[in-house]
Amino acid sequence: MVRVTTPNGFELDDGGQRVVVDPICRIEGHLRIEVNLDENNVIRNAVSSGTMWRGLEVILQGRDPRDAWAFTERICGVCTGVHALQSVRAVEDALGIEIPTNANHIRNLMMLAQHVHDHIVHFYHLHALDWVDVVSALDADPKATSELQQSISRWPKSSPGYFSDVQNRLKKFVESGQLGIFANAYWGSPAYKLPPEANLMATTHYLEALDFQKEVVKIHTIFGGRNPHPNWVVGGMPCSINVDEAGAVGAINMAWLNIVSDIIDQTIAFCDQVYIPDLKAIASFYKDWAYGGGLSSQNVLSYGEFPAYPNNHTNASLMMPHGAILNGDLSTVYDVDPKDPEQVQEYVAHSWYEYADEAQGLHPFDGVTVPNFALGPNTEGTKTAIEKLDEGAKYSWIKAPRWRGNAMEVGPLARYLVAYARGKEDIKAQVDGLLAELDLPITALFSTLGRTAARGLESSWQSHKMREIFDEMMANIRRGDTATANMEKFDPSTWESDVKGCGFGEAPRGALGHWVHIKDTKIENYQCVVPTTWNASPRDPAGNIGAYEASLLDTPMANADEPLEILRTIHSFDPCLACSTHVISHDGRELSTIKVR
Amino acid sequence: MHARETFYEVMRRHGITRRSFVKFCSLTAAGLGLGPEFAGKIAHALETKPRTPVVWLHGLECTCCSESFIRSGNPLAGDVILSMISLDYSDTLMAAAGHQAEELLEQTIEKYDGEYILACEGNPPLNEDGMYCIQGGKPYVEKLRHMADHCKAIIAWGSCASWGCVQAARPNPTQATPIHKVILDKPIVKVPGCPPIAEVMTGVITYMVAFDRLPPLDRQGRPKMFYGQRLHDKCYRRPHFDAGQFVEAFDDEGARKGYCLYKVGCKGPTTYNACSTVEWNGGLSWPVKSGHGCLGCAEDNFWDKGSFYSAVTNLHVAGRVEATADQIGGALMGAAAIGIAAHAAGTVISKMTGKKSKPTEEVNHG
Repeated sequence: MVRVTTPNGFELDDGGQRVVVDPICRIEGHLRIEVNLDENNVIRNAVSSGTMWRGLEVILQGRDPRDAWAFTERICGVCTGVHALQSVRAVEDALGIEIPTNANHIRNLMMLAQHVHDHIVHFYHLHALDWVDVVSALDADPKATSELQQSISRWPKSSPGYFSDVQNRLKKFVESGQLGIFANAYWGSPAYKLPPEANLMATTHYLEALDFQKEVVKIHTIFGGRNPHPNWVVGGMPCSINVDEAGAVGAINMAWLNIVSDIIDQTIAFCDQVYIPDLKAIASFYKDWAYGGGLSSQNVLSYGEFPAYPNNHTNASLMMPHGAILNGDLSTVYDVDPKDPEQVQEYVAHSWYEYADEAQGLHPFDGVTVPNFALGPNTEGTKTAIEKLDEGAKYSWIKAPRWRGNAMEVGPLARYLVAYARGKEDIKAQVDGLLAELDLPITALFSTLGRTAARGLESSWQSHKMREIFDEMMANIRRGDTATANMEKFDPSTWESDVKGCGFGEAPRGALGHWVHIKDTKIENYQCVVPTTWNASPRDPAGNIGAYEASLLDTPMANADEPLEILRTIHSFDPCLACSTHVISHDGRELSTIKVR
Repeated sequence: MHARETFYEVMRRHGITRRSFVKFCSLTAAGLGLGPEFAGKIAHALETKPRTPVVWLHGLECTCCSESFIRSGNPLAGDVILSMISLDYSDTLMAAAGHQAEELLEQTIEKYDGEYILACEGNPPLNEDGMYCIQGGKPYVEKLRHMADHCKAIIAWGSCASWGCVQAARPNPTQATPIHKVILDKPIVKVPGCPPIAEVMTGVITYMVAFDRLPPLDRQGRPKMFYGQRLHDKCYRRPHFDAGQFVEAFDDEGARKGYCLYKVGCKGPTTYNACSTVEWNGGLSWPVKSGHGCLGCAEDNFWDKGSFYSAVTNLHVAGRVEATADQIGGALMGAAAIGIAAHAAGTVISKMTGKKSKPTEEVNHG
């Protein structure tokens, strides 16, 4: 048994019962969590292991940088488009390409639609079942459910008959014995706290949200041709605007703009009348469950997103600001520069990669990714049947990124804390309003529920931002500006022979950066440091733990065999493992072999 | 073990009337491109068959296939999941995790040995003993083989499962391998695309459930009903191609008029998919309609066929190289083979061989 205090202030104890949860479902990709429980079933040690690796960075080498967005977009189909955007930004930065105003508006609309879609699907389909007991909904009184619904929202689908229909559908589904995606779960666990009526209301909205999410993304379909994986282009957007002349049916025309406008209205209604009321209703029953804060009360990071002005990623332009907070000091927000070699660095001492000197971190422009799948001496099992990982050695396909040496949490809560600390009035009003309504102090944000609440608030904020941006784009078109792409430097013969660029911003799950080095018109090196790499990070050489690991500590489990509390907190980050573990060696040498010592 | 309900019984229990059910069957038949006489057959099948168990696995992938699936408008994904099939395992949607999730795999084998459909999203990596994709501490390929052993048939969702896709692009460092090269003894329906169109995905699975058979496949294993034609042949911009009216650069005059995207790299002439007919997200648009050329994402090895912005110079018909545009005599023949007039072909070729259009390097992957 080993008890240690990590440099970032967490007490770890690897004695007691070891519990392994693999796979963690309802996430993107493949993740394994191991924890140690003390005699009271309280988590005293946590191990986060990314268990997949695809290798897109080496695949990109030698290719046309104008194609990189399509490759990197395939890093993730859940947060589709977010890598494509940072990729075109990185290449534009390297080549000195400025995009037109409309392209900036369209990119903002697409990215906002992406965030809202992602947040809705996360809340209802990937996270809600950690709080909502579907089987308990069978005991609900439809009339009381209707009253509950009408007391919290003016959403029209609220009659007793409506809830009764859904309940009957659910009842017969359960009675059929073919439980499908709801089979073998944790229904009836004492960890579930909602009354049956709230469970029925939330289950009903699970189904409504499944129908609605396919509408939000139609903004991508119009501007990018499809979703998932819409199209982008270096220099702007590939869709032209033609609202006046012959051929308008082959471009963005008035009919399509009207569809976008309608979708924005529907999205605002869904966020404000369904998502936010549900969030408040659910949160009000879990106010005592204040676990899962982890790093959020200490170190958070945001690169900022949604530039109001094209080609300007400073806080004067960003609707969601960039910044870093250290040691929980909200009075000081540090500026963040992803190009500064001293700021963002990645370590691999506990990752299945090797550096010449693993005590040191490397900035992405100097990034090296040589795989080294080695298991430590305390691993239990074999190379191809791992029963227990040895976190004292290498144990994850995820690297450990650090900001000025610090482990950081990223994501909606980090963005909200940075914006709050920067004094952004619209964000402050939202946060203070929610806290007042739930009668909670600001420190309540530093929790699993705080993370989930920030994501909900952000969805509402983002849906309203879509309206503002759409209206500005229409005003710009009215002024006669219909340009969507700047093709002056699209031809590689116009490029300088050796350039570097960085594209950075915020994905739904947090800070995302792409770094590209272009040599003789081809990609020389390409590196991505993505949100889940920050959050799911393993330990670094100094022993600092990452956000997932920190967030699980000190949480009591109702039943050691049912990982509900672990799922609850890990899901609150909205893990995306395909994003975090895409990297690979760039020297193409033979991959190393297992060393079970 | 509970008796398995038929789809019709489930719908009736949900309060859906006989009339609505028949209407649903008609729409399904129409959606699949089948005549009205098929509506009765679908209705009969759905009335008499139990809900089919489906196990949906994820290897190396990006989950774009699952995301696309839930975009389906006809039928709604929720109705497919809750009423048409029994989705007995899905990493992305299932409530359970850890060993409770893994137990469901064994339960499915026990209850439905040889009866369930195995839906594969993503592919297994074979390097490093398969440990580039670890699930439950073991290589994903073991789980895939185990579940394939007991299934009735496999659906290979998307280009990862069908061909290998992005992680298998040169130099394929993890040796990511498509399903048909790992599972050799089961029928496999390939539904390629990165991702496939939502209604194509639900169309294929509905067909299998309704008719209890695999859809007719082409020689590459794709359903003929959705992959039988090139985008180019059904493209609404095709008249501009034939007239020699091309977008020369994004957002130029031609782009605003909706001209053909061939010269800015559209892979429609060599891509077999339903985008230009079914379209995306409820038939709203598709890549070409929104101004970007087709990437060719449903085709084998599409990542390694040169830049997405280089014009196609090899015109394929049924997977066979008919002509290389650089060989001018052959180009005319090839152009004729895809059905354009010699006059237009001359326009195409002269523009295409201009100094800016670097011929695409064709990788021979016979």
